Amino acid sequence: MSVSLLLLAIALLALIGFGLARRRALSSAGGNPRELHSLPGYYGWHGALMTALPALAGLLIWLLVQPVLIERSVSAHFPADMIAADSSLALTMADVRRVAGGIDVALTAGAMKTDDAGRITTDLAQVRDTLKAVGVALGSDVTTEVLAAAQDYRRLAALGATGRALLVLVLAIAGMALAIRATDKDFRARNRVEQVTLGALMLSSSIAILTTLGIIASMLTETFHFFEAYPIADFFFGLTWSPNFKGDSQLGILPLIWGTLYISLVSMLVAVPLGLFAAIYLAEYASARARAWIKPLIELIAGIPTVVFGLFALVTVGPFLRDYIASPMGWGDSGSSVMTAGLVIGILNIPFISSLSDDIINAVPQSLRDGSLAIGATKSETVRQVVLPAALPGIMGAVLMAASRAIGETMIVSMGAGAAARLDLNPFEAMTTITVKIVSQLTGDTDFGSPETLVAFALGMTLFVITLGLNILALAIVRKYREQYE
Amino acid sequence: MNDMRIVERLVETQGNKISARAVQVHYGTSHAIKDVDVDILDKTVTAFIGPSGCGKSTFLRCLNRMNDTIAACKVTGKITLDGEDIYDARVDPVQLRAKVGMVFQKPNPFPKSIYDNVAYGPKIHGLTRSKAELDEIVESCLRKAALWNEVKDRLTAPGTGLSGGQQQRLCIARAIATSPEVLLMDEPCSALDPIATAQVEELIDELRDQFSVVIVTHSMQQAARVSQRTAFFHLGNLVEYGETGQIFTNPRDPRTESYISGRIG
Repeated sequence: MSVSLLLLAIALLALIGFGLARRRALSSAGGNPRELHSLPGYYGWHGALMTALPALAGLLIWLLVQPVLIERSVSAHFPADMIAADSSLALTMADVRRVAGGIDVALTAGAMKTDDAGRITTDLAQVRDTLKAVGVALGSDVTTEVLAAAQDYRRLAALGATGRALLVLVLAIAGMALAIRATDKDFRARNRVEQVTLGALMLSSSIAILTTLGIIASMLTETFHFFEAYPIADFFFGLTWSPNFKGDSQLGILPLIWGTLYISLVSMLVAVPLGLFAAIYLAEYASARARAWIKPLIELIAGIPTVVFGLFALVTVGPFLRDYIASPMGWGDSGSSVMTAGLVIGILNIPFISSLSDDIINAVPQSLRDGSLAIGATKSETVRQVVLPAALPGIMGAVLMAASRAIGETMIVSMGAGAAARLDLNPFEAMTTITVKIVSQLTGDTDFGSPETLVAFALGMTLFVITLGLNILALAIVRKYREQYE
Repeated sequence: MNDMRIVERLVETQGNKISARAVQVHYGTSHAIKDVDVDILDKTVTAFIGPSGCGKSTFLRCLNRMNDTIAACKVTGKITLDGEDIYDARVDPVQLRAKVGMVFQKPNPFPKSIYDNVAYGPKIHGLTRSKAELDEIVESCLRKAALWNEVKDRLTAPGTGLSGGQQQRLCIARAIATSPEVLLMDEPCSALDPIATAQVEELIDELRDQFSVVIVTHSMQQAARVSQRTAFFHLGNLVEYGETGQIFTNPRDPRTESYISGRIG
C-alpha cells in the first residue's frame, strides 16, 4: 500500500469516525443536542481527530525510521572498511537505491520478469542495459554487492510497506474505537478539540524557530570545517581577500565587513532622514486625502524587486555619479562604487522606515499633542519636542530593522558596487560586501571541501551574527517602547 | 449655604475676563453650540455643568482655540479676552494658548522627566534667561500644584511614572508654568479617585487667587464645592448662568431644576 493510498484511507476512516462519534453523541442524548456538553460537531471532530492523528503520527515515525533500519541491514553486504568511510558508503547506498528503484521501474514497464527481478543475476552488464532501456541511467557498472544489496533493499522495503500499512490502519481504527467509547453526552468534546487546536497553533509557531535553529546548526558545522582548514585569526583579522583555487588564498573578512558597513552607512544616511521626514509629513501634516495617495505610492517602492534596483544602479546611478561627480572632482572613474549602491539601497529602504515610523508616530496618543498645543507650542515644536521623543524608541527599532536589510542586501551591491574586495575610504571606489562574496564563492565550479568554498559558511555565520545582534537590539528597543505611555 | 453667599459678594467685585457673544459651533453638519453668550469673571472659578454631549467641553475648547486643530469644526460669533477678539485674524492661536492654559480630562504628562514636563512651556516661550530662573519657575509651579513635596527628590524621574492624581497635578503645574491668565479644566477629576479629587479641588480653590479658572465637570457636587459661578448647558444651549449658590438652590429655568435634582441628564 503506497503512502498516498494510506493517506486516503486515513482520511476516509476519519470521515467515518466523524460520523460515528457524532451520531453516538446525539443518540446518547436522546436526539436532543441541548443535553450534550458540546455542539454535536465537536464530537464528530473529536472522533475524526482521534482516528487521524495517531495514524498520521505512526506513519510519520515509520517513514523516518524505516530507511535507517533498512540501510543498516543492507550495508552488511559491503566490506567493513567501506562502511567506515562515511562518504563512500553514502555514495554506494545511493547506487543501491537507484538500482532497486530501477528494477521496480523495469518491472512495471515489463522489461523484466518478476522471477528475474528476484534472482541475483550474474550478468551484471545486462542489468545495466535493461535498466537503461527503461530510462534509469546508472553511473558506474553494477557490482555483485550492489545488486545483492539492491535485492535485499527491495525485499525489506516491500516488507516495510506491508508493516506500515498494517500499523497505520490498526492505529486509526483503535483511535476511532477509543473516541467512540469515550463519546457520551457528558464528554467534554469541545475542550478536547480546542486542545488539539492549541497544539496546532503551538506547532506552527515552533516551526519558524526550529528552522532558525536548523540554519544555525547547518552553518555551524560547515563553519567548523572551514576553521579546520583555515586559521581563525587570519579569517577575522586578515586585511586581504583574495580567494584562489590554487591553494594560496588569503581569506581575510575585514575588507568585506568594511564594505558591508560602509555601504550600509551610506544607505542609512539616505534612508533615515528621507524616510523619517516622509513619515512626519504623512503622520502629522498631510491631509487624509493626501495621505491616502502618498502612503501607498511610497510603499510601492518596497514592492519593486531588488534586481530592478540593481539595474537602475548599474545603468543610471553609477554612470551619473562617475561622469558628473567622481571624474570631474578626480575621485576616481569607477562606475560601480560604494556611493552608487548606498544611494540605491537607501532609496529602497525609504518606504521601510517611513511606513513603520508613520505607524509609530500615529500610535503616539493625541492627548500628548493636545497637551503640548494647549501650552502654546506650535505644531513643529510639538512634533520635535513631544511626538518624536515619545516615538523615538519605536523609530529606532524601525531604523535598525532597515539597517539589517541594508547589511543583507546582495543584488544591488553586486550590480552597483562591484565585486572587488577593497579597504578604502573613498566612497567612489568599487567595494563589495559579505553577501556578494557568499554568492560568488558558492556559484560556479566549486569543490565543497576546499576552504575557498567553505569560507562562504563562515561569512554567512558572521553576517547572521551581525544581523541577529541588530534585530535583538531592535526588538529590545521596541519592547521598551511598549512600556512608554501608561 | 451661608458660605456661598459670602463668595457671591466677592464675585461681584471682579471684572470680566472673557466675554462670549452669539457663539455657534458646527461639527460638520451637527450644530454643537447654539448662540451662547457668557461672561467669565477674573479670579473666579466658573463651572460648566450639563449632561453628556451638551457642548460644555466644546465651548471650553473654543476659549483657547483648541478647536482649530479639528478640521471639521467651525466656530462663529465673538469671544474676547480682555476686550480683544481671540478669533481675529491677527491673533496667533499659539500666543493665545500661552495665556489661556488647559488641563485635560485624562492626565497627559509628556514621556519626559517631571522637571522637563513643567519646564516645557517656559522653554518654548523663552520665559527664562538662566537655568536658575527656570529651576525657580519649576519649583514654584510644583508648589502651587501641591506636588513639590512629593516629587522634589525625583525631578528627573519620568512624569508618566507618577500616580494618576499626581500626574494630573503635574499637568496643572505644567499648565500654570507659562503664567496664563485663564486656566481651562476639562473634567480634570474624572479619571481620579476621591482622595486625588479632593486634592485637585483644593488646589483649584487656591489657584483662584491668581487665575480665572473655568472647569467643566459632570459632578454637580464638585461644581457646588469649587465654583463661584455656574453655567448649565443643555443640548448646545446655555440654559442658565449665575452664582453657584443661586443655580443650585433656586434655579430659574425648569430644565436646570430637573438636571440638578436628577430628573434629566
